[in-house]
Amino acid sequence: MDFKFFIYLIVMAGATYLIRMLPLVFFHKKIKSRFIRSFLYYIPYTVLASMTFPAVFYATSSVLSAAVGVCVAVVLAYFRLSLITVALGASVGVLAVELLQILI
Amino acid sequence: MSGDNFSFKMGLYNGIPIGLGYLSVAFAFGIFATNSGLGILESVFISMFNVTSAGQLAAVPIISSGGSVFELFLTEVVINSRYSLMSVSLSQKFGDSVRLRDRLIFGFMNTDEVFAVAVSKPASVSRKYMYGLIIAPFVGWTVGTLFGAVAGNILPDVLVSSLGIAIYGMFIAILMPEVRREKSTMLAVIVATALSCLFFYLPQLSKIQGGFAIIISSVLTSLVFALIRPIDNEEEESDV
Repeated sequence: MDFKFFIYLIVMAGATYLIRMLPLVFFHKKIKSRFIRSFLYYIPYTVLASMTFPAVFYATSSVLSAAVGVCVAVVLAYFRLSLITVALGASVGVLAVELLQILI
Repeated sequence: MSGDNFSFKMGLYNGIPIGLGYLSVAFAFGIFATNSGLGILESVFISMFNVTSAGQLAAVPIISSGGSVFELFLTEVVINSRYSLMSVSLSQKFGDSVRLRDRLIFGFMNTDEVFAVAVSKPASVSRKYMYGLIIAPFVGWTVGTLFGAVAGNILPDVLVSSLGIAIYGMFIAILMPEVRREKSTMLAVIVATALSCLFFYLPQLSKIQGGFAIIISSVLTSLVFALIRPIDNEEEESDV
């Protein structure tokens, strides 16, 4: 752990904290602007989508195993299974493919 | 004050399921962080001081590749911007017992799940309830990261590789129900995915750092969709 890491940590934690804390302390009214509310509604989903794809395909040791994991996750999530079930289901899918790849 | 009927004990009790969920997600984060080259203590510090899944996941590649501090800052601002809306909403749930110094602490722990539980209460919530509520999530997130960071060095490679997909699996689990429910969200997710892939695969665009690629893809898509497909509901529905 070096000096640069602490700079990263402070900047990161500071940005996250201020975004959460400032409205809690200073804001007591609801946001009226439909545009801003819509923007803030879309942000989590577009962030998650662009964080997940295409990075997820390189999150395991092969693109093939990751692709199978994604398919398992999409199917399980489509049926509204819990976060943990989907996450572990995807992992099991990856594990199955990678064990097969080792055996074959 | 009806809001002050909520006791510390009840808050603690309501926080336990959140804490257990965090334990497993943070475990996956710990593995991811140490796999990316961060130390065990560094990974735990990141979790202790941020308590945010998507923001931390995006930060790890920037930190481990020695990226710019400005990129890190902007990434956190964009990814965590949704919390500003949740905090506005949460501030209206607080009973009279909640003072300024309490707000400074609750702001730190206003995660998606803590927010969801607090605002789902029928009456306003007391400071005691809030202090109880945030304990298990904080402990689960920190301890889970520690376990994951340590396990990443012990577990066989094939298991670590499989768990590498766990956080993305969770993201997909958050995306899918809303994608199914709301067509505008589905379109926005498709557009953001396409943009993100363009940044990654087009040689001219792939020079742009990963953090900036996420920011540009998500902000651009959200701006366009806020203009062409504004939402009608009063309550925000983020549950990331």
